[in-house]
Amino acid sequence: MLQTASRPGPDKLAATAPGSDPMMRERYLTAYRWMLLARLSEEKYANLYRAGKIYGGVFIGKGQEAISVATAMALHKGDTFAPLIRDQAGRLAFGESLLDSTRTYLGSKLGPMRGRDGNVHRGKPREGCMAMISHLGAMISVVSGTLIAKRAKGETGFIGAVSLGDGGTSTGAFHEALNQAAVEKLPLVVVVTNNQYAYSTPISSQYACENLAERAVGYGIEGYTLDRGNDLAQCLDVIGNAADRARAGHGPQLVVASILRLGGHGEHDPAEYVSDELKLSKTGADCLRLAEQFIRDESLATAAELDRWRANAVQQIEEAVATAQREPKPDPDKEDWCALSTRRLGDGYGAGCH
Amino acid sequence: MSITYLEAIREAQARALAEDPRVYIYGQDVGAFGGAFKATKNLANEFPGRVLDSPISEDAMVGSAIGAAIEGMRPIIEMQYADFSTVGFNQIVNNAATLYWRTETKCPIVIRLPSGGTPGSGPFHSQSMEALYATYPGLIVMTPATVEDAYSMLLEAVEIDDPVIFCEHKYLYNHLKAEALPTEAMPTGKARIARAGRDATVVTYSAMVHEALAMAEELAREGTEVEIVDLRSIKPLDTDTVLASVARTGRLLTVGEAWPWGGVTAEVIARVACDGYNLLDAAPMRLNAKETPVPFHPNLWGTHRPTARTIALAVKDLLRR
Repeated sequence: MLQTASRPGPDKLAATAPGSDPMMRERYLTAYRWMLLARLSEEKYANLYRAGKIYGGVFIGKGQEAISVATAMALHKGDTFAPLIRDQAGRLAFGESLLDSTRTYLGSKLGPMRGRDGNVHRGKPREGCMAMISHLGAMISVVSGTLIAKRAKGETGFIGAVSLGDGGTSTGAFHEALNQAAVEKLPLVVVVTNNQYAYSTPISSQYACENLAERAVGYGIEGYTLDRGNDLAQCLDVIGNAADRARAGHGPQLVVASILRLGGHGEHDPAEYVSDELKLSKTGADCLRLAEQFIRDESLATAAELDRWRANAVQQIEEAVATAQREPKPDPDKEDWCALSTRRLGDGYGAGCH
Repeated sequence: MSITYLEAIREAQARALAEDPRVYIYGQDVGAFGGAFKATKNLANEFPGRVLDSPISEDAMVGSAIGAAIEGMRPIIEMQYADFSTVGFNQIVNNAATLYWRTETKCPIVIRLPSGGTPGSGPFHSQSMEALYATYPGLIVMTPATVEDAYSMLLEAVEIDDPVIFCEHKYLYNHLKAEALPTEAMPTGKARIARAGRDATVVTYSAMVHEALAMAEELAREGTEVEIVDLRSIKPLDTDTVLASVARTGRLLTVGEAWPWGGVTAEVIARVACDGYNLLDAAPMRLNAKETPVPFHPNLWGTHRPTARTIALAVKDLLRR
């Protein structure tokens, strides 16, 4: 089954609305606030990167916050989430603390990765937030495994969600995992953010089908095209519906959301290969700005509230950065150089630790 | 009554399934069919819903095992042949092997690799992958050579909270028999003196232990006593037992069915050269498979890998050094 989102774009939303339904209004505003915190925190990380305060790269989700937050807000406690590199909004909405995010970028020993891995590779698997590896598509089957285990343990009502880009759909891991999830009829939602580029490679060199969501038909699963991935209401609607379908036993769901990545692959990349035409197109519109405009137009919040939320986000970010910068860095002399939990079976011969 | 190496693997899995509800088996044709080699024969009947057929998707098989392990399960993945584990290689070495180090999340999965050559199997159903996996931190690599070890080490593998690559040798599946399943087990990480001798030490593992034992039997008739060390696991590698044997004999030959570049035979010699240089009366030697893909025809295959005959020639060389 392949569906195209029928929900109108933000310019036509007034009648259907977040504004007319208090629950939807609240949901929209909650999503907006996570998006705002994500955007401002990643801008801060980018500034710290340019100031030479961050080891390794910084990869931000600018322009993709609506898709990311909608994915995480479709999840409940006990669900599994595998965010990817542009999911700051989703990570925060799923429950990752801003401090843990900041700690990982700044290399704090107290962060979830303790200096052993950095930036977007953070996670707390036992709490349902997978820690991505860099090999695209690999986390889909890992999420499926958590669902298989929960089913085996007799749990019910859970789902898993995986975030991916257009580039990731070209991997063998993507194909294996979608087929496996379909065979096992798992409650899995795969959200592909088609942001037009994988690093510098345009989608014309990435795939040749008309619409990536059509691949759902080949796997025998339900697929959705989210044609305006910068429209928060549409993201909440389409991804929320897919999550509801998965939770109700309709098997894996593939959502393909189109958007433009508003920046380079990472902060090291000026992305000069992105055309002005694309930047000025509807696909290139900024989801955060559209959401804010919608809130103002529909009077979902007052200007004072918007200002307060922004100030509050800035304060949280400053506090997190100040805290993480004060915290200890990993100490190689105190590091536990054993990759096994079964220490007696360690074999560090020749590594200077035997 | 006797039990084969293959039956021991089946029995170990049956016991693991019976004793621990967290254990399940996932692999191609492992369900009602009982596996390509029958290592899971009848287990799907005995343990409904816990011995599951997978699509031909090694990457997804291992990936889902990692996810299940995160949720507290203890999956056993059967690769149909060790050779096909290369398709799941990324998940094994980059996801499973790094998980504990990166996130303090335990990853208790067992990946069974039906390994090594048999006559007529050819380049893609004969490989010995152990060294490839052993190079990655975060993995344990078992290489049982006996029925007893096949049984007890597989049970131990299921209990270990880290990913275990279990290299079971296909040539031993039906060739090797024991009187009964063991009631006691040596712990993983300890090598075994498979035969005592005073003149030279041969360090090996898996099916090559039996070629080495046949060689030692032959040379004993000529008055040469060769000591055979069965490593049992190549990671961890029991350097102490190897050094103690070399201290007794003064001479070292390492034998492996895998290819010569790097690998277990090189690692053992490197360790002895570093830590036991003055125990050696002569330069050590290595014997491995030939540096080509594993050939199909039995005439070629029988020469491609070390055998009792070629190991005997190597030992005689070693004694002349």
